[in-house]
Amino acid sequence: MREIYGRAVTGVLSALAVLCVGAGGAPAAEPIKIGSFLAVTGGASFLGDPEKKTLEMYVARINEAGGVAGRPIELTLYDSGTDAKKAASFVKRLIEDDKVDIILGGTTTGETMAVVPLVERAGIPFISFAGAGVIVEPVKKWVFKTPHTDGLAVRKIYEDIRANGHSKVALFAGSGGFDKSCRKNAHELAGKYQIEIVADETHGKGDTDMTPQLTKIKNTDGVQAFLYCGFGADAVVAAKNYRQLGLALPHYQSHGSASKRFVAGTGEASEGMRLPAAALLVAKQLPDSHPQKKLALQFEADYEAKYNEPISTFGGHAYDGLMIAIGAIERAGSTDPEKVRAEIEKTTNYIGVDGIYNMSPEDHLGLDTNSFVMVEIRDGDWQLIE
Amino acid sequence: MLTEFLQFLLSGITVGATYALVGVGFSIIYNASQVINFAQGEFVMLGGMMTWFLFDAAGLPLAVAVPLAIAGTVVVGVALEKFAIEPARNASIVTLIIITIGASIFLRGSAQLVWGRDFHAVPALSGDAPINLSGVALNPQSLWVVGSTLVVIVLLHWFFSRTMTGRAMRAVAFNRLAAQLAGVNNRRILMFSFGLSAALGALAGVLIAPITLTYPDVGIMLGLKGFCAAILGGLGYPYGAIVGGLIVGISEAMTAGYISSAYKDAVAFVIILLTLFFMPNGLFGRRGVERV
Repeated sequence: MREIYGRAVTGVLSALAVLCVGAGGAPAAEPIKIGSFLAVTGGASFLGDPEKKTLEMYVARINEAGGVAGRPIELTLYDSGTDAKKAASFVKRLIEDDKVDIILGGTTTGETMAVVPLVERAGIPFISFAGAGVIVEPVKKWVFKTPHTDGLAVRKIYEDIRANGHSKVALFAGSGGFDKSCRKNAHELAGKYQIEIVADETHGKGDTDMTPQLTKIKNTDGVQAFLYCGFGADAVVAAKNYRQLGLALPHYQSHGSASKRFVAGTGEASEGMRLPAAALLVAKQLPDSHPQKKLALQFEADYEAKYNEPISTFGGHAYDGLMIAIGAIERAGSTDPEKVRAEIEKTTNYIGVDGIYNMSPEDHLGLDTNSFVMVEIRDGDWQLIE
Repeated sequence: MLTEFLQFLLSGITVGATYALVGVGFSIIYNASQVINFAQGEFVMLGGMMTWFLFDAAGLPLAVAVPLAIAGTVVVGVALEKFAIEPARNASIVTLIIITIGASIFLRGSAQLVWGRDFHAVPALSGDAPINLSGVALNPQSLWVVGSTLVVIVLLHWFFSRTMTGRAMRAVAFNRLAAQLAGVNNRRILMFSFGLSAALGALAGVLIAPITLTYPDVGIMLGLKGFCAAILGGLGYPYGAIVGGLIVGISEAMTAGYISSAYKDAVAFVIILLTLFFMPNGLFGRRGVERV
């Protein structure tokens, strides 16, 4: 199941171009070639599908409005099927056959990391839509990313814990890649925020009962806050067991649980839980002075009008990636890879869906904890807290 | 100290009871066919997913959705026997086991196609409010899990000792050829075994769905743990599987509580290795006798 839509568009466009030239019209401006590979199918399709829709919608809009500096955008998009091997071969194709100017995409961390050596060798700017911090830490010359990292989420949570005057944290984590990375960050960042981790428990994937671990946490002396690292069904089980044992500590989870499905799954058990989330999630509640409010509402309205489905925060990663790329190309005045790369690195004060980006040679993500808002689950819905 | 221990014990018994139900399913099919049915975990998944679908998406009351979900899973179990196992009945046992592995992948894939990969919540049968027993918090659904397992044990005992079909199943387990000569219809018994195993798996799925949620992959780990329970109790001894399930569940909870949660999942597999090393026939299995 290869994504050939992009190629079809390419074909139609070049056929049109030939027709125009053949008809004696003025030669069309040379298009800006954007290549993309996304997990439109497979395990991460719930991430890749909104990313694809977002990219296609905004590329079409930009072209209708006359393109970038008079040049149309030509999007070549492949479906990696959530497979790192396929992602690598598609990226080879984007570089060698399609000769794209810039690559956006890579829905999961696995796919992204598989193509990093390829783009580094070819010297093509690459903006990833995947989560893990490892993509841009350490900094790689040609690699950038737009989504928040788990480290950022942990920082935001620690800030909130400290703001409430607490310092002793019980940590509970799953065993997946995201869970482990979050747990590692929680340990590494604790010192910086004067936080002491007084209990540290883990559980296996798909565990049906976590009350033994939580009982240990309950019986640990002096715990002031509880932090869970993980997402999906496991996070729901953890929240339910937590409530079952009657634990009443402030309960924090990561942005991995910032979904309606999580709230529906936990029901009563997630009341009062706090988590960091993208501003998009509570766009309507943001104060009018919030710099992201206007864009977030606009993005939400555009997406829902076009696709008639509720927005997910994942489309925002693609939106920001595309806009950062276009901004850089405009400033560079060309698609010369080195110039575009340098301009992406100079992205400052770009107000995106995911936050306000300030990139630098040391920071290829450019977000800080202000890109998250803290939300609390109240009556089964998100409530922005200051 | 004591409340902590009791909390761990309750957790272990609840989890162990689900392992037991899955393990009994393994044993029943093994008895009828010597086949280890690796699609047993998928019966658990189907029970939970169908309940969710009928309750949430189709809007049926829980009292209707649960029996329908179990019946639906039985249909799948019987169909699996009829269309996958029976046509290959002259093949070797290993081939049949591989067929069941294929069936489990097929069922999981179909569930993903039909219902998506997301997890779904099923409401608890009698509410979510925990029962507090002098410091030990108990999920009311746990009582349903343990209580239903007890009822199943009693019913199975009655079934295997008092009914003609139950006795025929025991006869087939003991000596297939002799049973056949005495007029037992082996094929019917085999089909019945798959139906019964599917019902038990689905029951486990229905009971545990409010605790764990339900999703297409939920059966993988439960299936493996149920298999451990069956091996520990002695493959082919349904009562052994129940004891095995409880031992695995309680050891897991105690390990997570007293040693380290990192080793919790390893416990079941360490138990199975030790069993195979020192008691290859399980706790209750008789030593294998070569029939000449």
